[in-house]
Amino acid sequence: MELNEFIENFANQFDDTDASEIKAETVYKELDEWSSLLALSVIAMVDEEYDVALKGDDIRSAQTVEDLYNLVKERA
Amino acid sequence: MAFLKIDNVSICGIAACVPKNIERNSESPLFADEKERQNLIESTGIEEKRVAPEGCCSSDLCFSAADKLIADLQWSKDEIDALVFVSQTPDYILPATACVLQNRLGLKKDCLAFDISLGCSGWVYGMSVISSLLSNGGIKKALLLCGDLTTRQNCYRDKTSYPLFGDAGTATALQYEEGADGFRIHLATDGAGADTIIIPDGGYRNPTTEESLKFEDLGDGKIMTRLHSRLDGMSVFSFAISKAPKSVKGLCEHFGIDMNEIDCFPFHQANMFLNETVRKKLKIDAEKMPYCMKEFGNTSCASLPLTLVVTRREELQSKPMKVLGCAFGVGLSWGSIYFKTEKIVVPELIEI
Repeated sequence: MELNEFIENFANQFDDTDASEIKAETVYKELDEWSSLLALSVIAMVDEEYDVALKGDDIRSAQTVEDLYNLVKERA
Repeated sequence: MAFLKIDNVSICGIAACVPKNIERNSESPLFADEKERQNLIESTGIEEKRVAPEGCCSSDLCFSAADKLIADLQWSKDEIDALVFVSQTPDYILPATACVLQNRLGLKKDCLAFDISLGCSGWVYGMSVISSLLSNGGIKKALLLCGDLTTRQNCYRDKTSYPLFGDAGTATALQYEEGADGFRIHLATDGAGADTIIIPDGGYRNPTTEESLKFEDLGDGKIMTRLHSRLDGMSVFSFAISKAPKSVKGLCEHFGIDMNEIDCFPFHQANMFLNETVRKKLKIDAEKMPYCMKEFGNTSCASLPLTLVVTRREELQSKPMKVLGCAFGVGLSWGSIYFKTEKIVVPELIEI
């Protein structure tokens, strides 16, 4: 799996945040649009695209988009 | 994989009972502002739920459902050979609530009765147990009672879960019927997720102490004691959207069930965002998936039978139906069930 593709899939979950704002080093919980519902959308995306089940603790402990990518990559 | 084929059993009727008392999320004091309130109602699809008054137990709701169902079926109470009660809100630590209900319903002493402690997956598990008991013809008629007081388990100060849960009790009547198609069932468990939904204190692992009664702020709007249910919503969501579709697909593949022929898919009523994700993954037509969470929320093990009573009463009474249900939650525990019904008895929703 590719980091760039993961970032694109991640960015697709947002409605009001421009995709250019979301980079590997983005601390996603600091984005204005981030919410518990968006977290669920990201979990659903990871399940659909990578067949990996993220836990609540994964979302809480990861800081950047790349952190999350690494978690998913390990388990994919 | 735990796949079961249980023949010679049929469903005779389903009844459900809820408390009259309604609590509306539009009137809940839990939310900081209107935006937060609207976000919750829109994403969960849960507007209101029923809350049992003080003194009312799961068994009281199940009793009313069972009493009405027995009367409408015109069953003699002497004919009922088994009673299984599924709940995580029993009357007492001991004895088993099923024993109390056997006496209260006036059933004969020559009746086997016991409890099963499961939540959201409880009806599917209960159906597997009770239909297995009936399948060889040793006993002829049986009652499965599933109910929970989820509003007692969730803390009224926890804005992440209290608004989602409601109280309900149900009764499902089954009988031995030679040649009947019976049930096709898949059951599964992942105890590694035991702490995903957990009431930490009050059992024998962590007995109740003074500490158990203190309110703690766990962050994100979760304020509760150690005697309240702690629900990791993200982990439950992740579990459900992954396991529920696999269970349903696995059941269909194993038994050669054509999803296109199913009339109705009653799934555990968790919340709209979760259920719609599952529905879309399985490519199920929206009109074939009934919802009653808007009015009743998540009612734990009562969820599937309550949904059938509230949304499919007419069809179940007037025509044969093919039904495929799926339930998932606390345990973690999940399962799917397929069965046919032939014009069964479904009393109108009872309110007490």
